[in-house]
Amino acid sequence: MTTLAHFQILASLLFVIGLFGAVTRRNAIVVLLSIEIMFNAANLSLVAFWRYSPHPEQLSGVMFAIFGITIAAAEAAVGLALVIVIYRYYKSIEVDGMRSLKG
Amino acid sequence: MEPATHIPWIASHLWLIPLLPFLAGGVSALLPRRCRKLSAGLAIGAIGISTLLSFCALAESILRGLLPHAGRQWSAMQTHEAWHWLTEFTWFSYGTTSLKLGFVLDPLTAAMATMVSFVSMLIFIYSLGYMDRDKNFTRFFTFLSLFAGAMLGLVVANNLLLFFICWELVGVASYLLIGFWYHRPSAAAAAKKAFIVTKLGDIGFFAGLLWLYHATGTLQFYTPDHTGALEQATALAGLPGIMGLSLAGTIALLIFCGAVGKSGQWPLHVWLPDAMEGPTPVSALIHAATMVAAGVFLVARTYPLFQASPQVLTLVAWIGAFTAIMAATIAIAQNDIKRILAYSTVSQLGYMVMGLGVGGMAAAMFHLLMHGFFKALLFLGAGSVIHGCHNEQDVFKMGGVKKHMPVTFWTYFVGTLALAGIFPLAGFWSKDEVLTAAFNWGGGWFHKGPFALGCIGVFLTAFYMWRQVCLVFLGEYRGEKATVGHKQVGHEEAETQHETVPGVPHESPAVMTVPLVILAIFSAFMGFSGLPEHANLIHHFLSPEHAPHHVNWFVIATASALAFAGLGVGHLLYGVKPLAADEPDPLKAKLGKLRDFCRDKWYWDELYEATVVRFANIAAVVVDLGDRLLDGVTVGMGLLARGLSFINDKFDEHAINRSFDGSCGTVRLMGRCFAALQDGRVQSYLRLVAVAAALLAFWFFLK
Repeated sequence: MTTLAHFQILASLLFVIGLFGAVTRRNAIVVLLSIEIMFNAANLSLVAFWRYSPHPEQLSGVMFAIFGITIAAAEAAVGLALVIVIYRYYKSIEVDGMRSLKG
Repeated sequence: MEPATHIPWIASHLWLIPLLPFLAGGVSALLPRRCRKLSAGLAIGAIGISTLLSFCALAESILRGLLPHAGRQWSAMQTHEAWHWLTEFTWFSYGTTSLKLGFVLDPLTAAMATMVSFVSMLIFIYSLGYMDRDKNFTRFFTFLSLFAGAMLGLVVANNLLLFFICWELVGVASYLLIGFWYHRPSAAAAAKKAFIVTKLGDIGFFAGLLWLYHATGTLQFYTPDHTGALEQATALAGLPGIMGLSLAGTIALLIFCGAVGKSGQWPLHVWLPDAMEGPTPVSALIHAATMVAAGVFLVARTYPLFQASPQVLTLVAWIGAFTAIMAATIAIAQNDIKRILAYSTVSQLGYMVMGLGVGGMAAAMFHLLMHGFFKALLFLGAGSVIHGCHNEQDVFKMGGVKKHMPVTFWTYFVGTLALAGIFPLAGFWSKDEVLTAAFNWGGGWFHKGPFALGCIGVFLTAFYMWRQVCLVFLGEYRGEKATVGHKQVGHEEAETQHETVPGVPHESPAVMTVPLVILAIFSAFMGFSGLPEHANLIHHFLSPEHAPHHVNWFVIATASALAFAGLGVGHLLYGVKPLAADEPDPLKAKLGKLRDFCRDKWYWDELYEATVVRFANIAAVVVDLGDRLLDGVTVGMGLLARGLSFINDKFDEHAINRSFDGSCGTVRLMGRCFAALQDGRVQSYLRLVAVAAALLAFWFFLK
């Protein structure tokens, strides 16, 4: 029997994996992929909460998840476009090399 | 008064007359030195247009003044009232009051502007020839234009302040022109002397101006609503002033101080003869025809104030008469051709001032106008002689110039007769008017004094002029041998940087002789505008409210007899037997010590040297001592301040700066620590966020 707790543990694992990847990897595309994993962890968590809620006929959790997926898609598009621009500018997509945010 | 709507074009554009020469002067000041023709053309063109405009103004005024209603008989043509056309503008406002300046066209302005601009124009043209080879030709015309503009501005001003500004500009221009050859120490000294001596009078003038403003609240001479400073003269006469004079008298006296300085009246006459150091056209323009007339014009302009105070008028008359006779006696013993004319100018100005003092304003102005013509003629003639005799100015080293310079001689001859007052030349009529006015002035011997002095002056005038003519033009030329190696230091440097080549005199070019001829014609015939009694157009024109004098045959006979006597005595001494070279002045044997007294100018310069200048020197020493004392105190204060500032500096350095620097250092260190966190890497930021979120979650669950 899979309970809500199982889902939440899985979602937490996914989130931590994504976060780890986002923080440690140097390739901008892999960072983006890690961020997608974190998104999906959140979506999984939302859907699980919906499934085990007292009123599953209200589709609020699913709606959240669908919005999240949509935003993730848009974010991926923008992110990849940024990666291309960054590549053109720096001739590299190593995030370590990008320090222009430093004040 | 005309209604304001009916003002002729020229009256509302009177400002053009002074403006044009000013512009010409301003433009030619910016021209490089080589633009000689352009600069001279500008100056002459501007003064030419000003002359035309002045003639327009004169024509309008004559139409207004002498022919008010067409079809009347000549005898009834006077309006019997003073009139003027005014224009005014606001210079600046302060608070609710504003300072208004303005221009006035009345007979006085019209006559004076015409004379000044016309004579100036002729002198400008003459300067073309005279200054021909001077390397500062452009500068000369710049100054001439500045002078003419200032002088014409003074003439058209309807405001004592504007008058004063132009008056001082005239002074500046005069300073620049007298010192035109500033490399000569005597010219530089003469320029300074002229400036400082006239400034003494100007202090009085300025005080009078301020007092007048205080008393009347305006400096406009006339205003459309009859509240101008001069229109309040009768009211001022009722108020008390200083020294027992009325307020009008006090102000008039102060203003007269300015006139004394500018018009070379005793005791401030000493600058005028020295001013002959300038180029001869300058002497003609400034020190004969126009500028020195400004003082007389000032009195004529503010005449209502003088009329309100008989005591001041008496003083004016006596100062004028004394100056006239004193300068004439000095003139008879001078050797320098220009100095003789300079003292003659002082003397004639004395006549004008005397005329003003005895109440003959129109007579004085008439003499001023006529004198402007014939004195300009004489000075230009003298310049022509100096030019022709290779810059010789000593009349004893001339002689026989007549046959070399016929045009100069004949014009000079006309000028001489005009100045001496021989019938029917200009000087006869104008001097006659002045003397008649003096003769009719009150009763008693005291009031006849100026007339008597004036008559002696007529004799002396004729004498010194004929002496000059004999010495310069008659006999044989004495200069040829005498010039070589004998010249005085002052004349060594060529007047116009010509090469001093000894030799026979030569006639001047046409550009110099034509103005002479024109001036001679005017000197000969202008006098007919002032025939005695009803035919005295100039009198009707200038002071329509007073009837002219009747013909006084006694005055005419006396003056003419004395003038002929002067000529006769002059001819006996100098004309009958022409002097040989190096022969002494025959006057020396006749007058002895008296002649030395006259030659040395009554020792006025020495007197001033011993009194005023010595006083100034003593004062300078006293002030210098005070200055040193003050200097010591100042140095002590300085040392004290330095000591204090040393302590202050140390305190600043160690107490204030150190602590402040310390706190700043701490802030900077902390800033560096926190700045290290912000390394610009997105991932480290994210890491921080993740750790912070984890810690928050951890803390949240533990609670």
